[in-house]
Amino acid sequence: MSSSVYIAGVGAISAIGNNVAEHLVSFNNEEAGMSDITLLDTIHRKKLPVAEVKLSNDELVAMTGLTANASRTALLSMVAASEALTDAAIPDFGSLRTGFVSANSVGGMDKSEDFFIDFLADNNKGKLRNVFDHECGSMTEIVADKLGISDFMTTISTACSSSANAIFYAARLIKNDVLDVVIAGGTDSLTKFTLNGFNTLMILDKEFCKPFDENREGLNLGEGAGYVVLVSEKIMQTLTKAAHCKLSGYNNSNDAYHQTASSPDGTGSYLAMQGALKKSGLTPPDIDYINLHGTGTPNNDSAEGTAIKRLFDPAYPPMSSTKSYTGHTLGASGGIEAVFSVLAIKHGIIYPNLRFETRMNELPFEPETNYLSGQDIKHVMSNSFGFGGNCTSLIFSRI
Amino acid sequence: MKLYIRSSACVSPQNTFNHEGFLDNVVEYTGTRLKAIEPDYKLFIDPKQIRRMSHVIKMGVAAAKQCLLDADIEMPGAIITGTAFGCMEDTVTFLTRIVEQQEELLPPTAFIQSTHNTVAAQIALLLKCHSYNSTFVHKGISFESALFDAMMMLKEQDADNVLVGGIEEMVDTSFKVLTRLGLYKRQPVSNLSLFATSSKGTIGGEGASFFLLTSKYSTGNLAELTGLKILYKPKSIEDSIVSFLKSHSLTIDHIDLVITGKNGDIKNDEVYEQLNGSLFKNTPIANYKHLCGEYPVSSSFALWIAANILKLGVVPGIVGERIVIGDTNNGDSLSSKTSQVVGVVTNNDFATTSPKTILIYNHYQNKYHSLMLVSAI
Repeated sequence: MSSSVYIAGVGAISAIGNNVAEHLVSFNNEEAGMSDITLLDTIHRKKLPVAEVKLSNDELVAMTGLTANASRTALLSMVAASEALTDAAIPDFGSLRTGFVSANSVGGMDKSEDFFIDFLADNNKGKLRNVFDHECGSMTEIVADKLGISDFMTTISTACSSSANAIFYAARLIKNDVLDVVIAGGTDSLTKFTLNGFNTLMILDKEFCKPFDENREGLNLGEGAGYVVLVSEKIMQTLTKAAHCKLSGYNNSNDAYHQTASSPDGTGSYLAMQGALKKSGLTPPDIDYINLHGTGTPNNDSAEGTAIKRLFDPAYPPMSSTKSYTGHTLGASGGIEAVFSVLAIKHGIIYPNLRFETRMNELPFEPETNYLSGQDIKHVMSNSFGFGGNCTSLIFSRI
Repeated sequence: MKLYIRSSACVSPQNTFNHEGFLDNVVEYTGTRLKAIEPDYKLFIDPKQIRRMSHVIKMGVAAAKQCLLDADIEMPGAIITGTAFGCMEDTVTFLTRIVEQQEELLPPTAFIQSTHNTVAAQIALLLKCHSYNSTFVHKGISFESALFDAMMMLKEQDADNVLVGGIEEMVDTSFKVLTRLGLYKRQPVSNLSLFATSSKGTIGGEGASFFLLTSKYSTGNLAELTGLKILYKPKSIEDSIVSFLKSHSLTIDHIDLVITGKNGDIKNDEVYEQLNGSLFKNTPIANYKHLCGEYPVSSSFALWIAANILKLGVVPGIVGERIVIGDTNNGDSLSSKTSQVVGVVTNNDFATTSPKTILIYNHYQNKYHSLMLVSAI
């Protein structure tokens, strides 16, 4: 087994930027991406804020060269994955064993929703091209084809931890010498299915979300895609520019408490963070920044906070939820936040947790509220937790 | 490191679940859709929970729990599932309500249970299993992706055993849409004569097959899982198979039985027919999709068959397509002539000598191809 896995490239698109550079500007300006719904035809317009990518499908099609009928989920994926690959600038990419491991939660649901309206009225109606790429795997295949990757591809779907698990799996493909280079992360676009789904759970904040605040009332949904390019040590040495950092630890543990709710003591989150530390050979004081899952729901932030307390007490590293900027991008969040974690190390930045006012009663710590630059950041922990008790922590380390 | 299939449990349109015999009481269906035979779920799940669970969750949980019982393992080191469509019943229910109720007053249960990892999560919840839990959702290689993960995990020694399964449910909506997309035959057909006529389309199916993979040798193991290769649009499948076998220091001559994913669709089966006349020319061939139907994780049903063939030392006549009449005296079947037996339905065992090495070759819409190598322990 090869020793280390390096991050050679990053790419992201979300409500606060169409590429990595735009994200850094938004963070610096403390500009959140939430606003009224403009893209979805839904009764929740003007009632629930969401964090939309500020590009229409037509604009995304023009940017990516994908077909006009492609799901927005595939379009977003293509933008971020190709940015990551370009950033990595891997010499002789075509001659290497390459893979694409992508995640999403509802596949081509945005198109299936259109199909379903006509289909329900008459089962022989509805444009088949709108349902042809319903499967989650289609999103990955469309992008892999466009990127020219055929040695290995697969799709992971474990709800909101999906793309963290994709990065985790990609690292293992390299460690097991199956592949040399893997683009890994995830994508999700806003859909009526997920918007209404989260609304039935009554965990959507009608205002902009306030992660880790005592008075938090829920999450805002977002959309986007985020990918990292992972390479083996051997490939890292051939790069024309330095790799950004390495992926030093990862763990997936299950809360095994409830299909959607987190256990009060954050068992799954605790085990994931602890397992990732163990894998990386680090201890809690080594972590310089935690990119929280921090959805802004009472349940998540309480469980995650309790787990952090159990593991880190009494010395807490700076931490924040970048979902206060991007909203919760579901299957994409682990990928997007992996990119943010890499950038935190590369640029020495700690992102502020926007709109935080009041420390949670049960916690002896609070998130960072200022944009900090020039920080000495060696190790970043990124948390992603999903339905089904699926808890994943990744640790990125400076080389 | 050698990896073994410790146990396997399978819910399918055949009598495969907790059934004494091995494909001895084959069910004939007429139509273009095979539905799974429901186990007695009360034996595995609290009746209060059964009511809330969709078909795929129940099938998956029952198969997973039976697999663990058969392996005599209470807590697996990881739970990994593969499913292309995930929880279709709940997805369709929630989508329908969004449209019909115009997004008003929607109950959350269908949405909660619609996520693709629901089955893996429910298994973890029922077992209180905090270990690694993942779900792969990549079309016709969803199960193979899960299996590949399980094999890596055992090799990394991060787990001693892994529960891995392929699960798929067919609901009326997906059957209707897939029929409109041209996947299935236009006329009803008997599944037992699926290969007798050449026409477009196949028959739909569903099921849940779970396996307990372990790195520990035991005489109770069903089989050794020797190799797995996933291919996307291979330039030459024949070359790919040869090189896969070579990577395991084997040639086609070492393969005692090939189980292919023939599904009765004239175009789909071209690939198999071509191989049957070339690389597989002197190798006994078996098929399985007339028993379970076509679905994205059907290769998990094939692996269940292969593991049982190796354990029991018999090839049920029902799966046989072609036997090779060999000179059993010198054990060299390759110099002998072949005999073509298409769509055979018989109660006799297909080959008298028990196979030691089985190759499973399946492709999904000629894009995704997978090779699984399974050997007697």
